[in-house]
Amino acid sequence: MRHLLSAGDLSYDEATQVLDTAKELSQLSGHSVKKFPTLRGRTVVNLFYEDSTRTRTSFELAAKRLSADVINFSAKGSSVSKGESLKDSALTLQAMGADGVVIRHSASGAAHRLATWVDGAVVNGGDGTHEHPTQALLDAFTIRERMGDLAGLRVTIVGDVLHSRVARSNVLLLHTLGAEVTLVAPPTLVPVSVHTWPCAVSYRIEDVLPKSDVVMMLRVQAERMKGEFFPTAREYSRRYGLDRERFARLPADAIVMHPGPMVRGMEISAEVADSPRSTVTEQVTNGLSVRMAVLYLLLGGSESAIGNQEAQG
Amino acid sequence: MTQTSTAENAPVRVIRGARIAGGPEETSDIVIRDGVIAAVGSDARAQADAGGVEVIDATGLLALPGLVDLHTHLREPGREDAETVATGARAAAVGGYTAVHAMANTDPVADSAGVVEQVWRLGHDAGYCDVRPVGAVTRGLRGQQLAELGAMADSVAGVRVFSDDGVCVSDALLMRRALEYVKAFGGVIAQHAQEPRLTEGAQMNEGVVSDRLGLGGWPAVAEEAIIARDCLLAEHVGSRLHICHVSTSGSVQIIRWAKDRGCDVTAEVTPHHLLLTDDLAESYDPVFKVNPPLRTTEDVTALRQALADGTIDSVATDHAPHPVEAKETEWSNAAMGMVGLESALSVVQHTMVDNGLLDWSGVADRMSFAPARIGRVRGHGRPIAPGEPANITLYDAGTTRDIDPAALVSKSGNTPYRSMRLPGRVVATLLRGTPTVLDGKVQ
Repeated sequence: MRHLLSAGDLSYDEATQVLDTAKELSQLSGHSVKKFPTLRGRTVVNLFYEDSTRTRTSFELAAKRLSADVINFSAKGSSVSKGESLKDSALTLQAMGADGVVIRHSASGAAHRLATWVDGAVVNGGDGTHEHPTQALLDAFTIRERMGDLAGLRVTIVGDVLHSRVARSNVLLLHTLGAEVTLVAPPTLVPVSVHTWPCAVSYRIEDVLPKSDVVMMLRVQAERMKGEFFPTAREYSRRYGLDRERFARLPADAIVMHPGPMVRGMEISAEVADSPRSTVTEQVTNGLSVRMAVLYLLLGGSESAIGNQEAQG
Repeated sequence: MTQTSTAENAPVRVIRGARIAGGPEETSDIVIRDGVIAAVGSDARAQADAGGVEVIDATGLLALPGLVDLHTHLREPGREDAETVATGARAAAVGGYTAVHAMANTDPVADSAGVVEQVWRLGHDAGYCDVRPVGAVTRGLRGQQLAELGAMADSVAGVRVFSDDGVCVSDALLMRRALEYVKAFGGVIAQHAQEPRLTEGAQMNEGVVSDRLGLGGWPAVAEEAIIARDCLLAEHVGSRLHICHVSTSGSVQIIRWAKDRGCDVTAEVTPHHLLLTDDLAESYDPVFKVNPPLRTTEDVTALRQALADGTIDSVATDHAPHPVEAKETEWSNAAMGMVGLESALSVVQHTMVDNGLLDWSGVADRMSFAPARIGRVRGHGRPIAPGEPANITLYDAGTTRDIDPAALVSKSGNTPYRSMRLPGRVVATLLRGTPTVLDGKVQ
């Protein structure tokens, strides 16, 4: 594997290797080793066409912990805002000798296109409404940390599945890792062909919560109302929001996840978000380890890394 | 392959040894004098032996009536970086076409007698094939007010086909009025069937692939709902309706139903919808981005069947040239459309003839007779027979070729058949007896 474009490209063994590597890196980081020399002399470019301080910072820190040189190339204040095409940006990065490019873009498939124009490894940092594979990996990592093996775990994903790259990547990866995924959303916010996805679907959150080990809440953008996906934010919240009462229907050891940024009061109430069973801040911490693992495995060796190298710390 | 012997002013030409599509099994000679077919038959050559003749050796070749395209984007005026009337007409000739309809979505829009006459004149001066301008139905393609349809019909361009292609005439009342109005001069409204609200942000066929790729869906129902509505409207007001680029199995069923009811509706299908499917979008390569989008295998099967049984009357290319930068970009930012003039006949052979769905006489009908009839194109779409205009395409069905974007005559290279091997090759195209293409080369 040269790139990380889709969570669906990862086999069980490859995904497990990323998670195991992330675990090792996180343990070493805990032992006062903050920085590894692994990627010294390598250049990682963060090519961000969408504002995302959270994801960009996480990738930047991950690369720096591995001693890579990091260049942040954001659409604002660069040649991109002057009309430079993605292809020209790609060729520029190529000419600068970028070894890895992390791309975040509002267009689905932008990472795939970039991978056809550059020699370096491409990491999909979120493309449109397609995928966000490192988010799925950090979610899987978080679940594994809290619940152990993912096989047979019941994971419920609630919210705007139709427009969610987090949901797409999670359905694919969690299925690969053996979890049983159920999507919960109003019928307007699930894809028409969802019956072909490796998951179940429900329109009623009450029915699913008692049978969930993990609940993952997705952000719902109020602007979706313009597309008539649901009548009002209040009705959405009433029917699909995770409030205290619904939270109480979960099994006692179930956890609540959210990729952030959260809209408190919309899809999740403040009490639930701040509960000890919420993993929101752990997800951020784990994101760093997982992204270090991905960069390490893609760029660390002289040959393609994921699938044929052992972690070396 | 051409032997010229003392051709004086207007040489007599003899096409020797061709098999005429839909004609007898044995080969025929076709004698052409003054742009008209003078004689056809196994012994026709004798009639020409008297004077100096130019012989085109057509041994092993098929003679088809010059192809007629109902749906071509020539981009001029406005986007001459993608195509001009002259370059597009040359590409048409190379594809075996002797007449093409130039769509109205130029800049400025072909919504006045002035613009359609300009396009007509550019085509006339280029001389590679007859360019028939299509007039816009509404001013500026804005869908609010009828364009001066009568002025375009009465102009030198003699417009008979009207279309807002690229956008749908979605206002039901405006569509009704347009259908009624063009009856006065034998016009037809060619509808781009796309319900606009159902296709906001649409990027590709809505289904399994779009859901996986996270690309906005273009549901089949958005096409089918408009076709159903317009068939009922056309039937109600007794007008002629043509459906552009039919792409779904459901549309086929509706058109079949409407024809059974006696509605005067005709339809076209593009070569790419006869061959390609939506899973090609998995590469996110926008060379496969087109409107209407590539559909599923089930749709492709239904479209082939409908073209074979005549439910779909004709093949039209929807040749849509775009400059490189319009396609070398993110899928959602890329332009929609693919070039098709130079590959259409090969794709039709591959998808319809080689598998026995259609014979060559059927191809002559779907790619020449029917489109000429729908577009009221005089002098085209006629049988290869004495007294008829000598618009003839010579085709070698027994060869194959690899499609190379760089080798296209069109100014743009956005072909979805890049590096595909397709059967057949147009060897020569004659426009009123004069070769526009010989040995595959533009003359």
